[in-house]
Amino acid sequence: MKTTTPSPNAHPLPSLRWLAGISLATLLWLSAYSQLETLADLLLAAQGLSRQTAAGEALHFFFYDTPKVMLLLTGVVFVMGIVQTFFVPERTRALLAGRRLGLGNVLAATLGIVTPFCSCSAVPLFIGFLAAGVPLGVTFSFLIAAPMINEVALVLLFGMFGWKVAALYLSLGLAVAILAGLLIGQLGMEQHLEDWVQPLRNGQRAEFAGATPTWIERCEAGLAHVRSIVGKVWPYILAGIALGAGIHGYVPEAFMASFMGRDVWWAVPAAVLLGVPMYANAAGIIPVVEALIGKGAALGTVLAFMMSVIALSAPEMIILRKVLKPRLIATFAGIVALGILLVGYVFNLVL
Amino acid sequence: MKNVKVLGTGCANCRNTLALVASVAAEKGVSIALEKIEDLPTIMSYGLLSTPGVVIDGKVVHAGGVPARSKVEAWF
Repeated sequence: MKTTTPSPNAHPLPSLRWLAGISLATLLWLSAYSQLETLADLLLAAQGLSRQTAAGEALHFFFYDTPKVMLLLTGVVFVMGIVQTFFVPERTRALLAGRRLGLGNVLAATLGIVTPFCSCSAVPLFIGFLAAGVPLGVTFSFLIAAPMINEVALVLLFGMFGWKVAALYLSLGLAVAILAGLLIGQLGMEQHLEDWVQPLRNGQRAEFAGATPTWIERCEAGLAHVRSIVGKVWPYILAGIALGAGIHGYVPEAFMASFMGRDVWWAVPAAVLLGVPMYANAAGIIPVVEALIGKGAALGTVLAFMMSVIALSAPEMIILRKVLKPRLIATFAGIVALGILLVGYVFNLVL
Repeated sequence: MKNVKVLGTGCANCRNTLALVASVAAEKGVSIALEKIEDLPTIMSYGLLSTPGVVIDGKVVHAGGVPARSKVEAWF
């Protein structure tokens, strides 16, 4: 774990304290990250087990993956917390106001990655965007990208599958968000917004008048982000890795291939359908996913499942129902599901 | 007496914000009229983009996430 709290009286200047704290934490982080394998071996040896046994293999998986994922997560979430202070929703809205379909969708999906977003704010954000004259299709691009491409998902994919899979997830996720938004925009479904939303459209001006935070405030925001995100997801990650470790050690090789392998054509749609009613964060799912893939499940199938779980959740649909009429909700869900389906098949074909 | 409204559709953060405001006000001995607004059209009429939001005497003083305790203390 990264700590950025040096002793309070070490330096009189808070900015110096932050600088020293961050340098020290970075150093500690790097040295810990480079010793992960050694640590796992030591911990395993302390238990008197070897990797030759099923229990040993499972425990080694747990001892290696837990610190690795937690280190990566803490580092990236801290940096993301700082980046997010540059993209408060008000500013993102000002950037998107008056954009046209096309370039606007690309920008919206990209901003969706770095703008802080919580699904409980989905409705105010949605209306706020429309009110400032952001087109419906562009708003949807943002709304799809924001939950689907989050830093926790990317960190876990990177940590467990490497940068290529993380990059593929990022670009395909962006592609789904951009194309789905474009399509919804082209369909011209503005009349399928709830009636009370209609008069609010194109009402407000979109100016950004927030105070610019200082670097210390940005760092504090980063730390707060770590506390709220890592503090919230660590039990899921532990549980996920433990379950993954169990599968890793005990489930026979190629067991999953029979029903989640790439030759099973119905696996991708089944995975998407299965994912919609589930409301989990990426954190708990990916470790399990890694273990499943190790046993022969196809990556595309599993990624489609993951995208579906985090981008198309039943609770979010219920919240959005307050502003969207059923036809628009169905269109939104249908287009995104179709996009995820394509991503799943493409992954299975390419990899 | 200050009129304080917490705007939010009922997520955990909104409830935490309401509790925080109530406890800080009680601690400081400030009497406030605390109100929770859950009706979306009303929330949107304040023009905020993220919830929970806090409105004091008709002015939006906070939006998005649970406010820091020090920030709440500065209001009273």
